[in-house]
Amino acid sequence: MILQSKDVLGLEDLTAEEILAVLDVAGRFRAVFDRPVRSVPIMRGRTVVNFFHEPSTRTRISFELAEKRLSADIINFAAATSSFSKGETLRDTAENLAAMKIDMLIVRHSSAGAARYLAKVLDCSVINAGDGAHEHPTQGLLDIMTMRQRLGDLRGKKVTIIGDITHSRVARSNLWGLVKLGAEVTLCGPPTMIPAGLDKLGATIEYDLHKAVADADVLNVLRIQLERHASKSFPGNREYNRMYGITGDVVRKLKPDAFIMHPGPMNRDVEIASEVADGPRQVILDQVANGVAVRMALIYLLSGGDPGALGGAA
Amino acid sequence: MEWSWQRIPAEYLVTNVRLCRNGKLAKRKGFLHVRKGRIEGLGMGQPSLEGVPVLDGAGLVCAPGLVDTRVSFREPGNEQMETVAAGSRAAAAGGFTAVVTMSGTEPVIDNSGMVRYLIDRGREAGLCRIHPTGAVSPGRLGEGMCEYGDMVAAGAVAFSDDDVPVANGGLMSNALKLTRVLGVPVITHAEDRTIVGRGAMHGGYWSGRLGLAGMARAGEDAAVFRDVELARATGGHLHVAHVSTKGAVEIIRQAKAAGVQVTAETAPHYFSLDHSRCRDFSPLYKVNPPLREPDDVNAVAEALADGTLDNIASDHMPNTGTEKEYQFDQAPFGAIGLETSLAVGITYLVNSGILDLGQLISCLSEKPARIFDLPGGRLEEGAEADFVLLDPDRTWTVTADSFQSRSTNSAFLGETLSGRVLATFLRGRLTWHDAD
Repeated sequence: MILQSKDVLGLEDLTAEEILAVLDVAGRFRAVFDRPVRSVPIMRGRTVVNFFHEPSTRTRISFELAEKRLSADIINFAAATSSFSKGETLRDTAENLAAMKIDMLIVRHSSAGAARYLAKVLDCSVINAGDGAHEHPTQGLLDIMTMRQRLGDLRGKKVTIIGDITHSRVARSNLWGLVKLGAEVTLCGPPTMIPAGLDKLGATIEYDLHKAVADADVLNVLRIQLERHASKSFPGNREYNRMYGITGDVVRKLKPDAFIMHPGPMNRDVEIASEVADGPRQVILDQVANGVAVRMALIYLLSGGDPGALGGAA
Repeated sequence: MEWSWQRIPAEYLVTNVRLCRNGKLAKRKGFLHVRKGRIEGLGMGQPSLEGVPVLDGAGLVCAPGLVDTRVSFREPGNEQMETVAAGSRAAAAGGFTAVVTMSGTEPVIDNSGMVRYLIDRGREAGLCRIHPTGAVSPGRLGEGMCEYGDMVAAGAVAFSDDDVPVANGGLMSNALKLTRVLGVPVITHAEDRTIVGRGAMHGGYWSGRLGLAGMARAGEDAAVFRDVELARATGGHLHVAHVSTKGAVEIIRQAKAAGVQVTAETAPHYFSLDHSRCRDFSPLYKVNPPLREPDDVNAVAEALADGTLDNIASDHMPNTGTEKEYQFDQAPFGAIGLETSLAVGITYLVNSGILDLGQLISCLSEKPARIFDLPGGRLEEGAEADFVLLDPDRTWTVTADSFQSRSTNSAFLGETLSGRVLATFLRGRLTWHDAD
């Protein structure tokens, strides 16, 4: 088996070898996308449940597309339409799902640790599609895949992640994965948005944007949601854009080959200027395409798929 | 004469025990003479009292009945979590003969009728003395004051809005002034919620790593500082509940040195467990104040040794299973503790050499009884015959089946602890004995 656990809950739990193996399989699936027939029917007859307890558009669509391209049977189960909103506990929901004998659960939840809890009580495989501010491993993997497509081996490469790190599961998954692959990670944002202790996981903390990006190979720019979490941690969008926004001026001072990533959806002219979002340095749509490939790879491998068999498929 | 656990005579001798009094454990074996619910006599050796039945204590430690100054029995309002009867059973099983109950029931204990109700429920259960805390403000809403005098007359021993901090400093100041006249303390749950926010665990390395909202130490330190200054200004008696930070310890240490009338307690999980316990998102470790950092844990243990912290209270907060299975950020705060307090103290403080057994027992009996002016808590002639027989070396593993409490949300599930209460006596009557 490529993956040692039945679940993928976070990049904290994966080894560097596992991450690279997943990305290798994802690369083979990515090659299939350019063909006229893009499905690989290896999940036929297996049921995958997409349990999204928190609103999500692109992650859910990306998972659904990955499942469809593997020919799985899909059930979508969203918070607004489920009994979860009527006070059912996560444990009750989990037991109901277990009784229905599903093969895999994709879970998005607003509480950190929710995916881990479900993985513990369910026999089926669980993929974490984002739990609170904890981890978002498939986003971390697709970000790393995108970086590796441009930079190759990430050892010694400088990655700067900019935004509300405190509330970002994307930042934590990036950090775990990138440090394992030998990249040098800098976290940048207002002091009110960077929690204590992430330096102990191997990151450099830098509050000055210009210093943080000066010799970066990649900027990963996080979505800022001042209206949601951070109303008390920063004065407002205008001030954010002034101090931490990735503007044309910031980009012009970067190293010549440095490029810009964003997990989406973007707040144009808040954390990223439109001219950057539409400019030649961004790789945002590569990230989206890689997201489907990474999710296909995880579903395939957790279902016992043999990477060797993909030679023919791809 | 033959002893029977089932029938306790009005007068008896407990012999062959090591007496624990005034913070000291006797090296030699002694006896306790009980008559009509009181301690008739005690001392070294074995007296010959003709016709008085004898219980052979088999070399066990005989200590005062333990006194817990912070428990929630959830009645009325949340009887699915705990009742006065179940809580009293848990107390007896843990070696406790007296508990100070918190005001945060539904409805709140904010009038003399509610105080009397709780005391009556305690008497019906008959396993433990119930000493209610009344609320500082009606409904614990932080506005206006309760009738402290009327509640003290009914049996209230302290005032507190339980786990809701008294945010209004003027109200706290007035409560300290009025309770000073009545001779009872105000208990502070020291938490500045404008600093702590919606945190779920200690704000530090682990909250950052796990993506959980953190509760900064400064939220506790600042609140302790404010209340200490109000106690200094008013001359009232402030009792600081569940101290968890090194900063709060230092503020209390300095206030005591300056003669401020402040006493303080901590709970067993604050001198034994740190915030890394939250790593698997188990809500069993979600308590308020939160489990802190190793240097806080050490500072709290040292403060018990040097007397800065006076006593250990379990902060027994039963929550039903369903609630503790919620995700960490959704789960309620609190852990049960009555049945593990003594053993956690022995395991983490005595066995590691921070306190000796006599000092630990004093933190769990004599000192809290003195602070709240309660009967019991001491082994002396003429005192109430509230006592326990315990084996400090007996080890046991904490499991969900271990508990008399209605809830099993213990932060020590799965741990092997040292120290077991084998029998508990209230007014000379047996309230618990270990069937094993």
